[in-house]
Amino acid sequence: MERINSYPALTETFKKFEPLLDSRVHTGIREGVKRMILVCGGTGCHASDSEHLLANFSALIAEKGLEDIVAVSNTGCFGFCAKGPIVKVFPDDVFYVQVKPEDAVDIINLHIIANQVVEHLLYEEPVSKQKIKTLHEIPFYRNQKRIALRNCGMINPEKIEEYIASGGYLALGRALTEMTPEAVIEEMKRSGLRGRGGAGFSTGKKWEFGRSYPSDEKFVICNADEGDPGAFMDRSILEGDSHSILEGMALAGYAIGAHQGYIYVRAEYPLAVKRLENAIQQARSYGLLGRNILGTEFHFDVDIRLGAGAFVCGEETALINSIQGERGEPHTKPPFPAQSGLWGKPTVVNNVETLANVPIILLKGADWFNSIGTGTSKGTKVFALAGQINNVGLVEVPMGTTLREIIYDTGGGIKGGLEFKAAQTGGPSGGCIPSQYLDTPIDYESLNAIGSMMGSGGLIVMSEKDCMVNIAKFYLEFIVDESCGRCVPCRIGTKRLHEILTAITEGRSTDADLVELDELANVIKDTALCGLGQSAPNPVLSTIKYFSDEYRAHIQEKHCPSGVCKSLVQYEILVEKCIGCTACANNCPVGCISGVVKKPHSIDQSRCIRCGVCYSKCKFKAIVKH
Amino acid sequence: MENKSKPQVRMLPSEHYAKLDAYIDSFHIDPHDDRRKDVLIQVLHKAQDIFGYLPEELQVYIAGRFSISPAEVSGVVSFYNLFTTTPRGKVRINVCMGTACYVNGAEKVLEAFERKLGIKSGEVTEDGKFSIESLRCLGACGLAPVVTINDKVYGQVQVEKIESILEHYLTETGNEETSDGKN
Repeated sequence: MERINSYPALTETFKKFEPLLDSRVHTGIREGVKRMILVCGGTGCHASDSEHLLANFSALIAEKGLEDIVAVSNTGCFGFCAKGPIVKVFPDDVFYVQVKPEDAVDIINLHIIANQVVEHLLYEEPVSKQKIKTLHEIPFYRNQKRIALRNCGMINPEKIEEYIASGGYLALGRALTEMTPEAVIEEMKRSGLRGRGGAGFSTGKKWEFGRSYPSDEKFVICNADEGDPGAFMDRSILEGDSHSILEGMALAGYAIGAHQGYIYVRAEYPLAVKRLENAIQQARSYGLLGRNILGTEFHFDVDIRLGAGAFVCGEETALINSIQGERGEPHTKPPFPAQSGLWGKPTVVNNVETLANVPIILLKGADWFNSIGTGTSKGTKVFALAGQINNVGLVEVPMGTTLREIIYDTGGGIKGGLEFKAAQTGGPSGGCIPSQYLDTPIDYESLNAIGSMMGSGGLIVMSEKDCMVNIAKFYLEFIVDESCGRCVPCRIGTKRLHEILTAITEGRSTDADLVELDELANVIKDTALCGLGQSAPNPVLSTIKYFSDEYRAHIQEKHCPSGVCKSLVQYEILVEKCIGCTACANNCPVGCISGVVKKPHSIDQSRCIRCGVCYSKCKFKAIVKH
Repeated sequence: MENKSKPQVRMLPSEHYAKLDAYIDSFHIDPHDDRRKDVLIQVLHKAQDIFGYLPEELQVYIAGRFSISPAEVSGVVSFYNLFTTTPRGKVRINVCMGTACYVNGAEKVLEAFERKLGIKSGEVTEDGKFSIESLRCLGACGLAPVVTINDKVYGQVQVEKIESILEHYLTETGNEETSDGKN
C-alpha cells in the first residue's frame, strides 16, 4: 500500500478504485460484468454461521474455476437480522434470506452458472406469500433511507479500497485543503445534525465549544459504549463501516484542533473491535491517519480503548474516567468535557452514529442533509427494532416518520398477529409509548413530550403478552445493577423503587405503594447526579402514566392481566379437555403433575414453580393460566 | 506502604505470568507518567484471558507493574462487571438479559439452565465444569433469546432446547483435560 500524499492524489485513488463497486452501484444484468456475492458478516448473521457459508462459496468458486465470472465478499449488516444470514448477488440485485452454509451449492450452480434465481431462498411476503427478488421491493426496506448505514451491506468493511471507492475520505481531503476548521464547524451547524447518542445536542455547536477553549492538547472521543440493552445500531456501523467512524473523528479533530482520538468500545463487541483495529492499520498505511495527513500540516491518530461492562460508562464524564483507567464514575457538569475532559484537556465526545453522518454531510453539503427530517430534527435515525415484532432488525428512517409506519410498514406488525401494547424507546432511560401515540412523528422533541426519549435508538415493541409492571421492574433491576453508587438518589432510590415494584408483582402491595413509587421516582429525577440517574425513573413514570390500570390490577386484585408475573399466576388443567397424553407430566421439571395415562392429570400447586413448560407443551389447550 | 499486608508468594502458574509480562512490557510503562493507567483496563482484560480470573495475588502484581496501589487496581476490578475475582467454570454459560431477549423469554431460559445444573446465576458447579451468568445485550437481538457458551452463540433458545445444547458439553468436557493449569 502506498501513502496518499495529497488531495488530488486521493481523488486519483478514488477514480482508480471506483470500478470496484461498479456492479453494486449500477445494478442490472449486462454482458461482461463480473458477479459479486456479498455475504453479511454482522454479529447476528455471524452467529448463524455466515462465516461457514462464505468459506463454502470460496471453496466452490475455486473448485469450479469460476474466479473470472464471480467473486465473493464479506459485508456489513443489511439490517434484516430476523432473516439472516443474508446473501446478495450483484449486479442482478437479488436478495437471499436465511441462507445456510449448504445452500452455497444452489446459488453457485443455479444462479451463477445457470442464471436462474434460487426461488426457495427468496424472501416470502408473509401475507401474499409472494416471493420477492430484490431488496427494494421488500416492505422492510421500502420506507428506509440509509445515510448512516449507507455502506453497510454495500462494501467490504475490511477493505479500505472499497471505502475509498464509495467516496470515503474525500470529505476529509476537501476539508483539509479547501476549508478552515471554522468553515467545517459552520457547515455542521447548518446541517442541523444533533447527537445520536440520545441527548440530541447540536454537533456543530459541540465542536465550536471544543474549538473555543485554547489548549496545547485536545481530544476527540468516539463513544461506542452502546450499553442500552436492545440497541445494536452502533455495533453494526462499527462492524460494517469502520472507516466512516475514523473519517468522522479526523474531521472532528481538524475542526476542534485535536491530534489524538480514542474509540471507547464495549468489550462485548469483539468483532467490532477486530474490524476497527484493521481499519486503523489500513488508514495509517495510506497516510489517512497519523502525521501529515494527505501531505497537509494536520496530524491525527486514533487508538481503541475497551470498556469492561459498565452501563454508566456511556455517560461522557464516566467514559472519560474509564479511559483514564479509573472507576467509571461520572462527575457533575460543568465543567463540560469540551472545556475540561480527558486528562483535563478540551475533549469532544461524539456517538458512533453521529460520526458516521459527518463525512457524508461534508461531502454532499449541509443543505442536502437539512432538507431531510423535521423542523428541529434533521436527517435520519437508525432504530434497532426488536421485541414482539415480525421484522427484527436495524432500520434507518427519516426523522418525522411515525411509530406506526416503523412498526407496521417496516416492522411488519406484531408477532403472531397479537395486539400492540407499547413501544419502548430510549432503553432504561426512556419510556413506554402506548398505542394512542402511534401516530406521533418521531423526533427529539415529540418523544420527550410524551414522556420517552430518542435515546440511542433502541425500539422494543411489546404486545398484549407483556406485563408493563414487570417491564418497569426489569429496567429498574438493570439500573440497580448498573448504578455506580456515587450519588444517594440513584444508589438507594432506585433500589427502593425496585423493591416496591417487586412487591407489586408478587401481590404484596397496597395503594399507598403506588403513591410512594410516583413520589420517589420524581425525587430521583430531580436530584440524581448524572443523566443516567436522572432518567432512571422514566420507565416507572411512563408506565404509571399510561398503564395505571395494570398497576391497579396487580395491587387491588392481585392479578397480572398478561399472566407474566409468576406469583400472581396459576396453571390449571381442565379436566374436560385433558386426554391424558402425559406430555405435561413428562416435561414438568419438578414433577408436580400427576395422573394416569389417558386420564385427566392434575397439578400440585404447592410444588409448582410456574415455569410454564406444561402450558407450552400441551397440544390440547387443556392447561389454562390465570 | 504498599503490599505490606500480604507476603508476595506466587501461587498462580509462572508460565501465565510470563505471558502477562510480555504483554505489559509492550506498553513500556513509565512509572513517572501521570497517564500510565490508561492501559490498565486493557491489561486487566488480558490478565483475565490468561488466568481466567483476577484473584488478589494477580491484582497486587499488576499494581506493582503500574507502580500504583493495589487498592486502585481493586477499585477498578470491582467496578466493572466483566472482571471476576473467582474462577469461572470451564463451560461458561451466558444468558443474555437484554430487553429484546427478556421479552422473548430469556428469564425462563436462565431458570431452566439453573435448574438443570443445580446452581444459580453467578455460581460455578462443584466440579468446576459449568458456570452460569447473565449479561446485558450482545446486540444480536435478531436472534433473541440468545445464549453464549464459551464463545459460541446460540440464537432463539427455547427452554426445550436446553437439554440438547447441554448434552454436547456434558460429554465433551468429560474427556477434556483442565487447561487452566492450577496446582
